[in-house]
Amino acid sequence: MSSPVQPALTIDALGKKCPIPIIMLAEQINAVPLNAVVAVLADDPAAYTDVPAWCRLKSHPHVGTYELPQGGWAIHVRRNY
Amino acid sequence: MAYLDAASTEPLHPAAREALLTTLDTGWADPARLYGSARRARLLLDQARTEIAESLGARPDEVSFTASGTQAVHLGVLGALGGRRRVGSRVVAGAVEHSSVLHAATLGSATTPATAPATASGSPGLVTVPVSLTGRVDLAAFAAAVSAEGTALACLQTANHEVGTLQPVAEAAAACRTAGVPLLVDACQTAGRLPVPDGWSVLAASAHKWGGPSGVGVLAVRKGTRFRSALPEDERERGRVPGFVNVPAIVASAAALRASLAEAEAENARLSALVDLVRRRVPELVPDVEVIGDPVERAPHIVTFSCLYVDGEVLLTELDRLGFAVSSGSSCTASTLRPSHVLEAMGVLTHGNVRVSLPRGAQAADVERFLTVLPDVVRRIRLDAGVA
Repeated sequence: MSSPVQPALTIDALGKKCPIPIIMLAEQINAVPLNAVVAVLADDPAAYTDVPAWCRLKSHPHVGTYELPQGGWAIHVRRNY
Repeated sequence: MAYLDAASTEPLHPAAREALLTTLDTGWADPARLYGSARRARLLLDQARTEIAESLGARPDEVSFTASGTQAVHLGVLGALGGRRRVGSRVVAGAVEHSSVLHAATLGSATTPATAPATASGSPGLVTVPVSLTGRVDLAAFAAAVSAEGTALACLQTANHEVGTLQPVAEAAAACRTAGVPLLVDACQTAGRLPVPDGWSVLAASAHKWGGPSGVGVLAVRKGTRFRSALPEDERERGRVPGFVNVPAIVASAAALRASLAEAEAENARLSALVDLVRRRVPELVPDVEVIGDPVERAPHIVTFSCLYVDGEVLLTELDRLGFAVSSGSSCTASTLRPSHVLEAMGVLTHGNVRVSLPRGAQAADVERFLTVLPDVVRRIRLDAGVA
């Protein structure tokens, strides 16, 4: 994937089990302006599937998923509404 | 307790219970021996084998009995690979196959050394074919994968065990036939409910899922399929399954299969209507929920949905407290490290997942009561998790 854009907000959900990472994302996505990107940092393998699935259900675009050097991913989501 | 977990196991059919009790007295002797009680056991076993074979679209001499559906899959995958060593050891399987298929294929392709040299396109190992959002295998990708050089075996389920989606077995079988690759069909979720699709080389099924007793699986190997058992030589069950045969349980399984198939048409229609009710009502009653799996091309008795922001284990525990036995493919728990490979491959939520699977005779009133209690259970769990 192309290099990630700078997120307006980074949510640190490392060490948190699903569904907590997407609960944190749902709570905080409205804190960024429209079309800004939120990065969810997570290392629960379920988050790798669940964050993009949440994006599909909630109609927020999933921008990309980037591996973190220490393990886990930065999953980027664009606020759509 | 409303039992809504038939996809895990179907309660014993009354016809099977009766046959089991009778045959414990009449069919206990060793069917391989030559005296009266042994001949009686042999006759009972032969009759049961003939009946089960005919019901599943096999010949009696193609059918061996195993201890479970999982064992049938394990022996089927390993035996088919053993018979194809000259070709290679590559296995193609749908990404949402039962774990028994994926584990046996991984083991078999690593431990059955192909005598043919590996090529770049035909390297050994397990190749999983992606599925759609509804869990249906990508047919074009499946056909392309089986036609690659070095492919020893292809595997496809009739219906998915977690979401109920039917797989395009007949079309996949045609692709396998063209490529000259044997196809193992895992019919565990549909045998006894739906006709077994044509085109299999190896077939696996499980009696306790159609109302038979536990401890009986079916391994059928089509005439002309190269098969070499992975286990030590044994004279029982055509050398495919070692050990003493459980005649009473097999006779009971045949009785259950006969009874289930006789009821299947009417019962499938009734259960399918209840599944449609759940599929329609759950999203109306519960916010932030997704019903998954194919709405039409599905097993008649299985429906699965996922609730956002809900821990699946907490949800199942609450439903159990309220008198509902249901299951979940989600595994966001301390006891399992990985989410469900089925939900992952589909790209749907892997948490908050509930599978409702209706046994024979499931009551409409129980399904309606389930729909009545579900919204408040989900609401309370979300409230506790801090989701307004």
